[in-house]
Amino acid sequence: MQSVVAKSMIALTGMAAIFGAVLAVASRIFVVHRDPRVEQVLELLPGANCGACGFPGCQGLAEAMVQGEAAPNACPPGGAETASAIADALGGDAGDVVPKVAVVHCKGGLSNSVQRLEYEGIEDCRAALLVGGNPKACIFGCLGFGTCKTVCPFDAVELDEEGIVHIDRVKCTGCGNCVIACPVNIMELVSEDMRVHIKCSSHDKGAAAKKVCTVACIACRLCVKKCPTDAIHMDDNLAVIDYSKCTNCGVCAAVCPTDAIVDEIPARPKAVIGGKCEGAGKCKEVCPVKAIEGEPGERHEIIREKCIGCGLCMEACPTKAVNMVGALGHQRAKGGALESE
Amino acid sequence: MDLGQLLAIVIGAIFVSNFVLMRFLGLCPFVGVSKDSDSALGMGMAVIFVMTMASLVTWFVYNYVLVPLEITYLRTIAFILVIATLVQFVEMVIEKTSPALHKSLGIYLPLITTNCAVLGVAVVNVDSFMVTDLPRNASFIYTVVHGLSAGIGFTLALILMAAIRERLDLVDIPKSMRGIAITFIVAGLMAIAFQGFSGLKIG
Repeated sequence: MQSVVAKSMIALTGMAAIFGAVLAVASRIFVVHRDPRVEQVLELLPGANCGACGFPGCQGLAEAMVQGEAAPNACPPGGAETASAIADALGGDAGDVVPKVAVVHCKGGLSNSVQRLEYEGIEDCRAALLVGGNPKACIFGCLGFGTCKTVCPFDAVELDEEGIVHIDRVKCTGCGNCVIACPVNIMELVSEDMRVHIKCSSHDKGAAAKKVCTVACIACRLCVKKCPTDAIHMDDNLAVIDYSKCTNCGVCAAVCPTDAIVDEIPARPKAVIGGKCEGAGKCKEVCPVKAIEGEPGERHEIIREKCIGCGLCMEACPTKAVNMVGALGHQRAKGGALESE
Repeated sequence: MDLGQLLAIVIGAIFVSNFVLMRFLGLCPFVGVSKDSDSALGMGMAVIFVMTMASLVTWFVYNYVLVPLEITYLRTIAFILVIATLVQFVEMVIEKTSPALHKSLGIYLPLITTNCAVLGVAVVNVDSFMVTDLPRNASFIYTVVHGLSAGIGFTLALILMAAIRERLDLVDIPKSMRGIAITFIVAGLMAIAFQGFSGLKIG
């Protein structure tokens, strides 16, 4: 009896000792040197693992930051505070964080777009799309079942009774969950200071697009021609804004015949020509909406009803006779001066 | 050793006595890691690997340590020791040699350390292939093949479950039944469905 106990004890203890030794040796041989800074950065990040940065979770971003592959400001929900804390920890410059917000490129609600079928089922865009395709006659448009609202962790998405999606720009952190979830890919993350958007995603030809939605981009190219900074181009029958060039002047929104382009700036100033005007006529040439009249050599006049406050004439005037007055002054959508909310 | 017998072991471990749905082993990862099919596949691959390795190593431990010392009644404890060590060791090796593989598979390895399905496969191996009077080489091959197929069976159940749960996400389920509750019911229905395989006769 005693020998059985002794034998089993010795055998098991022996095995445990051997395995322990093997593991101990292995941990020395296969040691992986981890950078302690990764842990440090990870603690500073929000830890939501939302994926807005494009890396696999906060851990992935922390590793990339430590290796210098990602800038300290690469975390959009973290904002400037997180960026500067990480920059301090890593000993670098935080850089500017321009917060991003989601933008919906569709404004076709129930009353201004044609419904192809009536969907009755689970209130979810992905499910609806699986069953019968887009219930709207425009296959590119917003389905309006609010999957973006469901996935939004910050309660920043609103659906109105028309079925149009609105983003609460204050609550939106730019995490991009809605952009990923939207099955028709009409959402985009855009820098917060961009306030003029093309609210249409239809690649249909002009006539076809107009037939199914009164606020569709009909590919008339007016905005492309009028844009003073060449920021708009046509992509397969759809006007697209290049946000890196856009100056928020709002000319495109003013000329768009179908109101597919939305100018979110609540009030714009009007141009006023002062006594310094020598009638060079530069303002008349650049005005995209023909709101200036006057003979060469004489003082020009602004037609207030037509002026959209883009400020191009002010920049063009050689004698600096043009001023922007009213609304928010002549601040042209630069930075936080337009925070109207 | 014949191929018919081998086929019977493979089919048996995958379908007829599926470790999750018929033996009810390894239910924790079955519920925990079946939320989406990507992680289900990752977990499944890790389990296949560990089950095969565990079958192989426990065969040696049983035949060359436990049997000669006549302490086969200690097999459960011995196997736990072996499997835990093995998983730790494999994780270390993978982390060092292949960081990419470690990222996709490594995070599941610690979950498997104490997975009862892995211990179960080792114990079932002993009962079916070692205490019988099979020749040594046949017993060894059967053991490893059984470990591999048991892992495949586990992966199959896990992926099926993940696919069902991905679809369940889009379904209008009563509020009180959402999440784990409906998952348990689905698991029960799947087990009933797998009962259908028990009439299968091979070899």
